[in-house]
Amino acid sequence: MTGVWDVVVIGAGIVGAACARTCAASGLRTAVIDATGIGAGATAAGMGHIVVMDDSPAQLALTRWSQELWRELAAELPREVEFECRGTLWVATGEDEMKEVRRRQPVYASAGVPAEILDSRALAEAEPQLRKGLAGALLVPSDAVLYPPAAAAYLMHEAIRMGAQMLSPQRVVAAGQGRVRLRDGSELSAKRIVNACGTGATDLLPGLPIRRRRGHLVITDRYPGFVRHQLVELGYLKSAHSIASDSTAFNVQPRQTGQLLIGSSREFGAEDTSINHALLRAMVQRAASYLPAIGRLQAIRVWTGFRAATPDKLPLIGPWPGDESLCLATGHEGLGITTSLATGKLIAAEILGEKPGIPAEPYFPARFLGENHSAPVQTLCGEAAHG
Amino acid sequence: MNPILDILVTGAGPAGIAAAVTAAECGLRAGVVDDNPASGGQIWRSGAHLPAGARRWKARFDAAAVVRFQGWRVIDCPEPGVVRAQRNDAEVASDPAAEDRIDLHYRQLILATGARERFLPFPGWTLPNVMGAGGLDAMVRGGLPIAGKRVVVAGTGPLLLAVATHLAARGAEIVAICEQASLAQMAPLMFQVLRRPGKLWQGASFRWITRKSRCLTRCWPVAAQGDQRLRSVTLQRDRKQWTVDCDYLACGFHLVPSTELAALLGCRLENGFVATDELMQTSAPGIWCAGEPSGIGGVELSLLEGQIAALAAAGKTGAARRLAAQRRGALPFVRALESACRLNPQLRDLARDETIVCRCEDVPLKALRDRTGWRDARLHTRCGMGPCQGRICGGAAEFLFGWHAGSIRPPLFPALVSCFSGPDAALDPATHREAP
Repeated sequence: MTGVWDVVVIGAGIVGAACARTCAASGLRTAVIDATGIGAGATAAGMGHIVVMDDSPAQLALTRWSQELWRELAAELPREVEFECRGTLWVATGEDEMKEVRRRQPVYASAGVPAEILDSRALAEAEPQLRKGLAGALLVPSDAVLYPPAAAAYLMHEAIRMGAQMLSPQRVVAAGQGRVRLRDGSELSAKRIVNACGTGATDLLPGLPIRRRRGHLVITDRYPGFVRHQLVELGYLKSAHSIASDSTAFNVQPRQTGQLLIGSSREFGAEDTSINHALLRAMVQRAASYLPAIGRLQAIRVWTGFRAATPDKLPLIGPWPGDESLCLATGHEGLGITTSLATGKLIAAEILGEKPGIPAEPYFPARFLGENHSAPVQTLCGEAAHG
Repeated sequence: MNPILDILVTGAGPAGIAAAVTAAECGLRAGVVDDNPASGGQIWRSGAHLPAGARRWKARFDAAAVVRFQGWRVIDCPEPGVVRAQRNDAEVASDPAAEDRIDLHYRQLILATGARERFLPFPGWTLPNVMGAGGLDAMVRGGLPIAGKRVVVAGTGPLLLAVATHLAARGAEIVAICEQASLAQMAPLMFQVLRRPGKLWQGASFRWITRKSRCLTRCWPVAAQGDQRLRSVTLQRDRKQWTVDCDYLACGFHLVPSTELAALLGCRLENGFVATDELMQTSAPGIWCAGEPSGIGGVELSLLEGQIAALAAAGKTGAARRLAAQRRGALPFVRALESACRLNPQLRDLARDETIVCRCEDVPLKALRDRTGWRDARLHTRCGMGPCQGRICGGAAEFLFGWHAGSIRPPLFPALVSCFSGPDAALDPATHREAP
């Protein structure tokens, strides 16, 4: 571990792994450090839905590009990643939601994402388990599903194959000014440091505008063909991105194994991984209101995880003002699996000083800092640094 | 909502029966929830062929004012003081209109969740008719014809001899009884047995009934052969290997305590067992533990612990302390049993690269070799992620790799998705009494 690394990535979740892969592919001398192992944090807790979302133009640009990158990568993904181009069905319950379907279809189309409007009958044919009388849906056929821990492992192994080194389990206690200190007291020197610690990013940068947003998921036994697409209620954007309160939304994913993942919930202020039975109940009832037979399926496990949420629903990707060595790649909330690949591209472009595939500025952490770019930063000396 | 029970006991084996009977005889409103339609647990499952002591306890249980929830499996504890149970599969399937779940409210909880057999993977262990020793025993009690069948009983622990005895009494031909431990390793246990006339008599009578069978120490199965069903088993003793034809291989490498509910409730575990004080109280207030989850010690100790837990929970501390003194006298037996059943490290080499370790998710041994722990293995190979939730492969992984199961997630057993939603089942406990 001697010499100066070009890049040290902290965190081997799917985002850190994607950053390591693009950096190593560009010939940068890359190290990755993780406290537990590959994909053990939010990566392990999430669904693995590759989805284009249009809450804002910046979100649309990032998710669209990422979805494309995943589809380019699909052919080389190993079997255990379980990548399947299932498509997303955004389900509309009534005429008001159909208006939203008709509004979004051209938005997707103009971004180069094919999207098809299904009427009530077409929806019933596409997904016979859905309750009768739904108004229709927006079908986005190019969305996909995958198994996130295996995807992260694949990206990490690709990075290692191209020369990156992995240090794990090793906990980073401080990072900045070109130095990364580990708990065992040893230190690494790096030209650039990428903080890809998800919700843990604030441990190294206490001023970051990131909050832990807990979610619940249920996984069932195997019921191949019960549903065919990832099914999401059209109101998902509303509930997923209502920053204010706890919420649940109908979101069901068919896994390649025939298992179903049932989501989703969002809550702030929960600090441990225990289960909020009231929220779980609301979530399951919501799912059953769309898929009446789902209650008779066997659930195998319920778990919770934490998303790294930012106030404006966009991730923090790019240079950290005040420390030229430091970059952030965190704050992906519920879209980390989707946007990991684009994040890796943006980070590599930033480090190499190249022009990225999409404008990078909307994701720059600087957007949350005041005019003088001041924020408390944990440095190696443990003092607050001011940019 | 159901009326609140003063004491709820989970499990109706010897420990649970003793706890519930004692609590009810103290005048408390006691309830028992158990996943079997009949009481008795694994060991007292069948009414016939039970020893006199067991029949007396079951008679007291039947006479006691205990609210019974038989055929209900505990799946979750949604809030403090509440245990959620689901009707066991068969009944759910046969009557879709029946209530699926019930929430049981309690003031104090006694965990008597028992233990299950430990399985070790070896080539052929997933063949039909290779089964747990206790599992085969239960199937025979349930009506599986065994007369004239050739059975190899293998593994470790006193259960092997008990099972061989029962199967022999039902007409099975016990080809061999293979105990992995050496005589020297078992000597302290035999010394303890010699001091306990009841156990000595039982052991001697077991051996008398199985006297025609070879009983080998330092011996274990290395492979099972067959296609659609088991045909033969290759055994090893020291460096010698030989193959015997058989119809069944009953295989159990001692017991693994069932501590999932305790873990979900936040009770502290110690070396895989639920940690308790002398009066069987766990680290969680108002939660007690009796029987195998607190240490593998057999029926007598379980009965004692069930009574201690119930007396202590009922506030009869003096009486509980007197029985606790008796329990202390039994602990050398527990320790001797534990060391007698310690698994020979050579058993780690039985499984080959291709041997399946996790049957639910078809995970072979080679996929697990480079994993750093149980959670890492779960995430990247799905080992232990299937419907059995690691109950079968977890005990093997613990022995093979030294991994300990991580956090426990509900449901404790696969449960209907609707168990997490919908209104509470408003059931009258009276209608859930077991038919006499």
